Order: sequence, then structure tokens, then C-alpha cells
Amino acid sequence: MTIALRNPTLLRQTMPTVRCAVALLIALAMGAASAAAADLHQTISQAQKKIVKLYGAGGLRGLEAWQTGLLISEDGYILTVWSYVLDADRITAVLDDGRRFDARLVGADPSLEIAVLKIEGEDLPSFDLAKAVTVGPGGRVVALSNVFGVAQGNEPATAQAGVVTAVTQLAARRGVFETPYRGPVYVVDAVTNNPGAAGGAIINYRGQLVAMIGKELKNSLNNTWLNYAVPISELRKSVDEIRAGKFVTRQPSETEKKPAHAHTIAGLGILLLPDVLDRTPPFVDHVQDQSPAARAGVQPDDLIVLVGDRLIQSIKNLHSELEYIDHEDPVKLTVIRGHELVEIVIAPPGERGKP
Amino acid sequence: MKPCVPVLRSVARLSAGLCFWAAMGLSRVVPAAEPTDVDPIVLAAEAQRIAVMNRAKDTVLAVFGATAQGGGSGVVITPDGYALTNFHVAKPCGSAMKCGMADGKVYDAVIVGIDPTGDVALIKLLGRNDFPAAELGDSDQLRVGDNCFAMGHPFMLATDFQPTVTYGIVSGVNRYQPPAGTLLEYTDCIQTDASINPGNSGGPLFDAEGRLVGINGRGSFEKRGRVNVGVAYAISINQIKNFLGHLHSGRIVDHATLGAVVAFDDQGRVIISDVLEESDAYRRGLRYGDELISFAGRPIPTPNAFKNVLGTLPKGWRVPLSFRRDGKRYDVFVRLQGVHGKEELIEKSMGGPRAAPGMPPQPKDGEKKPARKPEQPSPETYTASLTQRGLAESGRDTMANPFALPGLAGERPPKDQPPKPENPPPKSEPPKIIPIDPRGMTRQAPMPEAVKKVFEEKHGFSNYYFNKLHRGRVWQGWIASFPVGEAAGTWKLSGRVEGGNEFVFTLTDADAALKLPTLESQWIAGEKLTASLNPPHSGGLLLALHLWRRLNLVGPEKYGDVYYLGTSPLPKRQGLFDVLVATYREVETHFYFDPQSGLLTAVEMYADEHDDPCELYFDDYETVGNRKIPRLLTVVYGNDKFAAFRISEATFDTTSTSK
Repeated sequence: MTIALRNPTLLRQTMPTVRCAVALLIALAMGAASAAAADLHQTISQAQKKIVKLYGAGGLRGLEAWQTGLLISEDGYILTVWSYVLDADRITAVLDDGRRFDARLVGADPSLEIAVLKIEGEDLPSFDLAKAVTVGPGGRVVALSNVFGVAQGNEPATAQAGVVTAVTQLAARRGVFETPYRGPVYVVDAVTNNPGAAGGAIINYRGQLVAMIGKELKNSLNNTWLNYAVPISELRKSVDEIRAGKFVTRQPSETEKKPAHAHTIAGLGILLLPDVLDRTPPFVDHVQDQSPAARAGVQPDDLIVLVGDRLIQSIKNLHSELEYIDHEDPVKLTVIRGHELVEIVIAPPGERGKP
Repeated sequence: MKPCVPVLRSVARLSAGLCFWAAMGLSRVVPAAEPTDVDPIVLAAEAQRIAVMNRAKDTVLAVFGATAQGGGSGVVITPDGYALTNFHVAKPCGSAMKCGMADGKVYDAVIVGIDPTGDVALIKLLGRNDFPAAELGDSDQLRVGDNCFAMGHPFMLATDFQPTVTYGIVSGVNRYQPPAGTLLEYTDCIQTDASINPGNSGGPLFDAEGRLVGINGRGSFEKRGRVNVGVAYAISINQIKNFLGHLHSGRIVDHATLGAVVAFDDQGRVIISDVLEESDAYRRGLRYGDELISFAGRPIPTPNAFKNVLGTLPKGWRVPLSFRRDGKRYDVFVRLQGVHGKEELIEKSMGGPRAAPGMPPQPKDGEKKPARKPEQPSPETYTASLTQRGLAESGRDTMANPFALPGLAGERPPKDQPPKPENPPPKSEPPKIIPIDPRGMTRQAPMPEAVKKVFEEKHGFSNYYFNKLHRGRVWQGWIASFPVGEAAGTWKLSGRVEGGNEFVFTLTDADAALKLPTLESQWIAGEKLTASLNPPHSGGLLLALHLWRRLNLVGPEKYGDVYYLGTSPLPKRQGLFDVLVATYREVETHFYFDPQSGLLTAVEMYADEHDDPCELYFDDYETVGNRKIPRLLTVVYGNDKFAAFRISEATFDTTSTSK
């Protein structure tokens, strides 16, 4: 257009007619639109570098063995949703550039259903959770995830554009959406929460991280699926705590003095489902009548996920964690019951009869 | 519920009243509307978008069968009415279909060519030479985040054929979606979040400027049912461009395989994990364990990338391939085999109930499964194509006519639901449902007269009429430059071999001979044409020249079996060439013609279908009298150039020679 305007003949021809003026504007708009598209492309491709494809357990019908994660530090911490996909001996993280890493589960917060993984990398492109922003209803966002596992190797994650239609509390929908998470969520008009998308990013048009795409949630009243993401501001504290050692499975290297007389599962009156896998989740099969566990309210089918602040990933974990608790101390368990997270304190047998 | 009714009523009344007063209030109190302060750029962008869509909509089709069965979308790509749609949309319509356009009119259309593997069909609308046509874009230029929009007839909503537009962004490019069964493989496709629903199949995906960049045809459907899930796939227009020449041939077009399988090795390199010994790739030197570098001009960083590139190529094309072994790089041209046997493809394109178009079966274990790494298992994803028929066959649609708004129950139909038998009034369904014959083709209305004129049935062809049309076009384009019909006598080509001696070729009906000072070589027409492939190491140069002379003399109708293949590339030459495949007795020969000049550029003579052909290249054409004579004939066999003959003199006797 600059050429046209500088050319006096062209200028004379164009200016007097309204039609041409519109054409001019349209041409300008085309320039602006393509510039905007170029910006969005840049924004998306920068953010895609921080998305990882995670592969782990699953692969059975209806249980896809992959999900999405976000790189949150240059040295390879990854934020994702806590799910069965992570119940694997080997979790593989594939970066945007195609590099593959074995990922280690650092810890998980069952109440938020988030997990932090670690890969051994350096100078990785990453989101800074401290710089995450919030958006209001009407805000334009882009969802980035490996939805349906469509990308593999160095193929970039899927990008979907949408608008935040509401910021609302899941707690108000108790019983409608079956999830332990009760906090605020962004509801978006793009179809973001498909298989494999959980753990993906919601960014704004400036590429700033806003939220993490949650697990698939179906409205139990009308069978519709929710497209939502959890604000990073809700997750940051927990992520920091996990990185600082909370909700972390005890590492073999952590040598703490064990008490002479520790608790045992049997001693608490809990019978678990048989330990048949490398990592059998500790589901309660039976609770003995009149046992400390029964009195505290442990129920069959409870899944024990925390002992104190220690993450329990398997029956073996649970056994060894209890070895650190003196039999005269109370045992704090966190269990998943249905879709509820329940905290239970089992009083030591000696305190029988106390209120 | 009863006590609520009065309350509801009064609420309704109240709100009606409120609306009334609000309306009155607005008209009375609010002064003349302030001009809203919208950036002119925004308004202009809107105006531009509207203008683009307004133009684009005129090219969009509603495609359905003659008895109003089926239903999908399409897009016109030339003013004389050639249009693209999905194979799975065209198939249930049979050979003649109806197309509704935004002008509100319904046009007759005929099938031209089909690509069942790539899920593309070329059809031709009849009755006009000034159809609004979409401009073909360059889908390789698309980038994630670019705006795009889909047009079509989701749910066959529009009774006036005004297409529905849905807007979105490009979510991914170069996506790979494994085949449903062994057909409908989407390679190198475009992923978009623009809403794609049943009925959108075959319709266009446009870029923001309204250029055609893809044909919508597939979505990732799982638990959310067969409606938009924010993840849809379009066949890239650049892939279709590769096939367009073939589709014009009126044939059932096949895709290519390399004859080799690739996989990641433990270092993340893409290596050849298997190669067939009878493949051209093997003859060009490709072996197990070689690292693939590039294929058809594109780098191959993943097995998906390889499958993507491969899927964009028609059977028989020759493309560059680069591989590395022991640190050394090799650059070769490989000739690609077909994915299917000829009869296999015909059978599959006719389709049994298992391959019914609306509900393509899921990929089964072991069935041409994509070579994924073990930790990347094939998704349990239900990717399926989108036609109205899909809904109809799943028993959730009322397709009494294609414009009926289908019911939209949310549940996904059972995957292996057998097709309905003829006229089964389903007990559980309302009686208004008119079941659609799962094969579609058997219950057609009689073919309209206009369509009959441009349709000819022949085994292996979707519409032989168009094959004859192009065979004639190509032949006329060539023979005008090389009129030799009277010259049934001895042909002599003489000159000097490049960097060598003088030569003379002598060609007659009965034999062919090459004379050099150092060598005399002869071929004689015997019981078996391929009895001698002289001169040695040429792959049968004299036989090739004999067949070249034969075609030029008698023409394609009398030569033997000659059909138009479509367009194919030649190594190290720009553009695509029209190809005639000519079979005379046991020998198949491919003749390549330059589409601009019409000149015969190359001949590939296959003395043995499992061996390399003898390749002749004709260059430096010069006008001599009323003919154009090639001054350079280059002969290649396998990896080696046999010789280059500089032709200084060519004579064509009219008197028949008999020895």
C-alpha cells in the first residue's frame, strides 16, 4: 500500500471513490489480520516448545496411555495431572524437539490431582509458574495439548483457540462433576478436554501461562463434557511444596531412624487387596471389626494415597512408610473414597477409649 | 410439576412485558445511537472476512445421491465444473450424483476419478462452463495458529444450499491418521479446531484469504459422540494436487508404497527396518538398517513423517530418496509400488458392508498398523469420516430426504454394528425412518441423459469416458507434432554417440537394429517380444524403439491396450507429465508427454515387470518439415546411463518393408 500512496497517479485514482477507500481499508485489514495470524503462530510455536508428551501406563480399552505435561523449570521439572498414566515403572517424556527422557515422579498432590515429574535436562524451554497470569470471562486463550495422542516424536502439540466463557467454582458443582478438586476453574468454549489433553496448557494470546487443562469431567446430570482448566495460581503453592519435599514418596536414600516398634498394616486392622503388580495401588479390601482402622472410619475400597505428607504409590510403599511411625503415635492417612479425598487419623491402639 | 405452571406462565408474561417496556424505553429514552467506537481496522477485517466468505460460499456443494440418499459436501475447482469431495461421500451416490449450490440450484454431476485410499473423489458438474471455482492454495504454507474456515453442509441443514461456515485455527499440520481398515488413510493432513460435523465431509477448508487448502473428512471421535470434538482433519490440497492428474483419468487411483518399512532405532533415528527384495528401492540399493534422510524432497525425522510423505504420492511415481549407510550418503530415485493389487483395490472401492463409507471400521490390530514406538501405543481413538450416511447407518438419523434435520443423540454408535438389511423397520425406532440401503448404489434412480453422455463403465475405471477423453487429448497433442501415419516403411535414425562413434538405428515392423563401428545389434519380432533384449545392458533398447515406432504409427486405439494413467514426474525434470500406459502383447510401456508442448519426452519399456525398465528420453526437439524431431536420445537402464545418441538425421519411409 505504501507504493500505491506514494504514486501520485494511483493516489488520484484511488482517493475520490469511496469504493477504493474501502478496498484500501480492507487491504490494510488483510495486512493486520495476517500480521495477527503471524503473531499467533509465533506465540503458539514458542509455547509449544514447553509442552511435553508423556507416556506411561494404560493402553487398555478407553484408558489411553498418554497425557500432556508442562515444563516448569529449565532443569526439567514437569507439571501434569496425577493419573493412572503415571502408575508406570517407566514414564517417558518426549519434548517438542523429539528428544525422549525417562521421567521420575517427584510427588503428587491428590487433592489437586496434580503431579510433578523430573527429567534430567538443562536449558530447557519452560513456563515460569510465578509469572502465570489470570484472565477474565471473554479472554481469548489457546489450548496446547497432545489431545488424542495425535503428535508423536518432534511433532508439535495441538493448538485450539477459544474464549474463557466463565470462571467458576467446581465446589458448587459437587455431585455433578466427580472430582476431588473443588477450586475455581476456567470454562472455555473450545473443546479442550479430550483424551490425552489433561496436563496441557492454556495460554493467552501473549503466550503467558494461564491454566492447566484438567482431566476429563462429565456432567452427571446431563452427560455433557466440561471443557475447563485449573488456574495456575491454584496449583503454584502445591507445586512448590512438592518440589520442597511434601507429597513425595520416600526415596531409598532418605535414611531416617526407624522406631523400635512401628505400625503395621495388619496391626491397624487393614487388609489390602493382594500385591500382584510392581506397583499395586493400596486398596483396602477389608477392615477388621473393632480395630483402630475401623474405629477411625477406614472403609473397604478406600485407596490410600498419603501417609502423613508422604505420597504412597504402592503397597510396598505403604508398608515401608509405616515402618517410620512409632506404634504409639497416631497415623494420618489420606484416602480416595469414590471421588472424595478423605483424611483419617488412626489413633494408636493404646489410646483406646479416648474421645 | 403442576404447581409450577402458573408460576412459569406469570414469569413468561412478566418477561414479555419487560421486553416490551425495554423496547419502548430504548426507542423513547435512548438518544440516537452513539457510533460505537470500533477500530476501523477491526471493521475492515470483518468486511474482508465477509467478502472472502461470500466469494467462497459460491463454490461449495451439497453432494447427494440421485434418490437423495447420502449427503456430504464438496467444492468446485474449475469453471467447467470439476469438483472435489470425499470418496466416502461420492461412493454411496454411485456414478451420478446431484450437487446443490449456493445459487439454490441443483446440478447433475458425474463421477470422474476416485482415490479410495486417500478418501478423495473428483466429480464433474454438468450444465455450465462458468461455475464459480475455488482457487487452490498451497497447504504447505499453512502454519499452526493461522485462521481458517470450513464450509459445507453439516447435518444437511440448509434447504437452500447456503453452506454453513465454521471458523477456527490450524491446530496442527503434517498430521498422520492411520487408515480405517485399509482405506481412508489421512496422511500429511491438516488439523483444525473449526467445527466439523457429519455432513461436512468432502467440503472445503479455506485459509483466511479464501484459498482452498484442504478437504474436510475426518474427526477424532471417542466418547463425545460423532459430532465436533474440536479435533478435525482435512486432506491437504497439496496431496490432492499430486493425485489430480490421476483422478482426471477416470480410474480407481492407488497410493504408493516404498516396499520398505521404517522405524525409530534406539537412538531415535529413522531406519529401514524391512525392505522387499522385489522393490525398486531394493534395486536402487536401499537395505535393512540404512538411515533414511529425505524422501520426495522432504526431511524424514520420524516414521510418521515418512508415512506422511508416502501418503501424498500416487502409485508409480518416481521420487528422490536419500539415505545414509556407514556415514556415506546415497541419493537415488525410487519408483513406488502400489499399496493394493489392482483387483484388490477395485474390490475394496466397491466396498462390502464392512467398508461402508459412513462408518469406516476401526484399524484392527496387525492391519497395516502404523509403526509406533511401544511406549506410544496406537490411540484407542475412534477416528471416523463424516457423512450424513454415517448418522443414517448408525440408526440415529432420519434421512427421508437429505435436508431433514437429523436427531442428535449423544451416544456413540456401536463400532461393529452390522449394516441394516433391506427395509428393516426397526422396532425401537419411530416409523418415519426410511432406512438407507447400505450399498447405496443398488437403489439408484435411472441415470439422467446428460450424465449418460459423459459416463462409460469399464472394469477398473470409475468412469472410462474421461480416460478416453484424456487419452485422445494427449495423443492429438503429440501426433500433431509428429505426423507419421503414412510412414509405415523403414525408419532410420543416425548420428553420433555422445563422446563416441557414428550410429544407425533401423526400425521396421519386423525388426530393429543398431549399427555401430564396434557393435551390431538386432532385435526380431518373434513369438515372444522379450526373447532378446538387445543391445546387452540396455534393458531392451531396440524393443523399446520398436514399440515407440509402433505407437506412433498405429495410434493408441490400434496399438493394444492403451489408457491414460494421469500425470507423473520424471527424474530431474520440472513439473508433471501426461502418461499413457500402453500394453502390447506381454510388454507394458509408459509414454510420457510434456503437457505444455505435447511432445513425447520419455518412454519406459518394462520387459519384465519385476526388473528395471529401459528408459528412453527424447530431448532437443527440432522442427524438420512438418515434424518435430528429437535431436538427443538418452538411454538409461537401472542405475546406469547406457548411451546418449545425438541424432543428426531421421528418415521415415512410406513404403512398407517386407523382408
